[in-house]
Amino acid sequence: MQPGVDPQNLWGNAREGSDMTTGLTDRALATPGTMSDYSATLTSVTHGYRDERGEELTALEDLSLRVRRGRVLAVVGPSGCGKTTLLELICGLQQPAAGTIACQPAALMPQRDLLMGWLSALDNAALALRIAGRSRAQARLHAGALFAEFGLQGFERAKPHELSGGMRQRVAFLRTLLSGKGLLCLDEPFGALDAITRQQMQRWLIDALRRQPRTVVLVTHDVEEAILLGDELIVLSPRPGRVVAHLQVALEHPRSHTDRRVVELRSRALRSLTACQEAPR
Amino acid sequence: MRRRLRTTLPPLAVLVAIFALWEAYVQVSGVSPILLPAPHEIVPELWRNADLLWSNFKVTAEIVALGLAIALLVGFVLALAIHLSPPVRRGVYPLVVGSQAIPIPVIGVLLVFWLGFGLTPKLAVIVLICFFPVVVTTVDGLASVDVEQLKLLRTFDASRWQLFRFAELPAALPAALSGTRIAVAVGVIAAFIAEISTAGTSAGLGYEIITDLRNIQQPRAYAAAIVLFAFAIACFGVLGLLERRLTHQPARPVLAFTYRQRQLPTGDNS
Repeated sequence: MQPGVDPQNLWGNAREGSDMTTGLTDRALATPGTMSDYSATLTSVTHGYRDERGEELTALEDLSLRVRRGRVLAVVGPSGCGKTTLLELICGLQQPAAGTIACQPAALMPQRDLLMGWLSALDNAALALRIAGRSRAQARLHAGALFAEFGLQGFERAKPHELSGGMRQRVAFLRTLLSGKGLLCLDEPFGALDAITRQQMQRWLIDALRRQPRTVVLVTHDVEEAILLGDELIVLSPRPGRVVAHLQVALEHPRSHTDRRVVELRSRALRSLTACQEAPR
Repeated sequence: MRRRLRTTLPPLAVLVAIFALWEAYVQVSGVSPILLPAPHEIVPELWRNADLLWSNFKVTAEIVALGLAIALLVGFVLALAIHLSPPVRRGVYPLVVGSQAIPIPVIGVLLVFWLGFGLTPKLAVIVLICFFPVVVTTVDGLASVDVEQLKLLRTFDASRWQLFRFAELPAALPAALSGTRIAVAVGVIAAFIAEISTAGTSAGLGYEIITDLRNIQQPRAYAAAIVLFAFAIACFGVLGLLERRLTHQPARPVLAFTYRQRQLPTGDNS
């Protein structure tokens, strides 16, 4: 349960990027050649957990995947296929029972926004900076400079409960970005939003990533969302999670959910999801 | 100004009403003034004995202030130890709960043997009564932090201290303040119990009340009780001011009991 960095972490420095000044520069991206092409590499990872009744459950089994630097990998799978476990492994919150994980320091954006109810939107966004040792004033200045870009201007002092669901997700995303980590693990980031806000947020995320490039692992149960946002798509089987399909989404943004190619990819992904759920195990 | 009136007027009105009813009851029922003195006898006692009440008040106020300070300190430190260390939790927490089953008059007598006739046994009684709500609420508050929030902070490489500073402490603050409020509210009662249950007490409002009752000076005993009552409310008010400072809340009536806006758990569907 030790926090922080995997011993095999190729990029070692957990505070990478914490000394950045203005804007967001991914230093890992800025200096290619010194790093591998992959932000995260998981090799034959098996991991389990105990449920409330103390039964041993295998969440992930012999799972291998690689996340190419600067790209968005979407992970879809049925509920309870170990998607959240996968992200926690990548973030170093858990150590795998078997297999190896080598990845860049990663920041988690959890399913619920988990904003601190007692902090203003600005202080919530600046939280990672505070933890990296910045003074309150410095952290606020830095986070505040990005509020307009994130459509949050004028809401600096608002408490989370005064913000709409979409705004809360944006604050949460800004907080994740400001951790300065090059790899972002997004766990169902828009799962709690209504359909329209969700669509807006998807477009907004594409746009934000274009301006602030990051490597992203996006976990979702929504196949369409995975195809609209991901550069690559992997489909996990029900628990224990294994990769049953790996699709490339070589489509330019913005993608429309009525686009023929999107529809086709979606049905391919859905077919493999259905197949692995029906297959006898 | 209007707001101040809105918060002070209703309780004052109720108080006046109670006194009026009381006075009416005594007049109509013809109850003996030794059993129940009427307000018109009690209230003048307040200034007739102002010096006596004031000097006794100072004695009681001192032990309340000291006792509460120690109780809060002990309470918070114990809560932290219980929260941070599972062995302490297993070993000490049941005893903390058990401590409230000790009959205070008994322990008061025993403490005098051990600690002498001075201030110490009285402080011990106050601490014993007042530390409990602080420990229980603070422990619960510290444990109420969202585990997912801790995970999130750990992905930001937060140290143990930072987890405490940025998540657990602020999450525990409202509960800890509730416990403090309870402690302060019972602090004056605790001082009274301390004064009447430890031998060798020769001053203080509790002592005053008991000796007046023995000497059939009922109105003065009631006057002393009124001073205690006012003191308890004043303590509560002071705490309200401190709380405002601590939680950076905008100005609100100090004695408003419905003050904290309930924040429902954030509206996501998990």
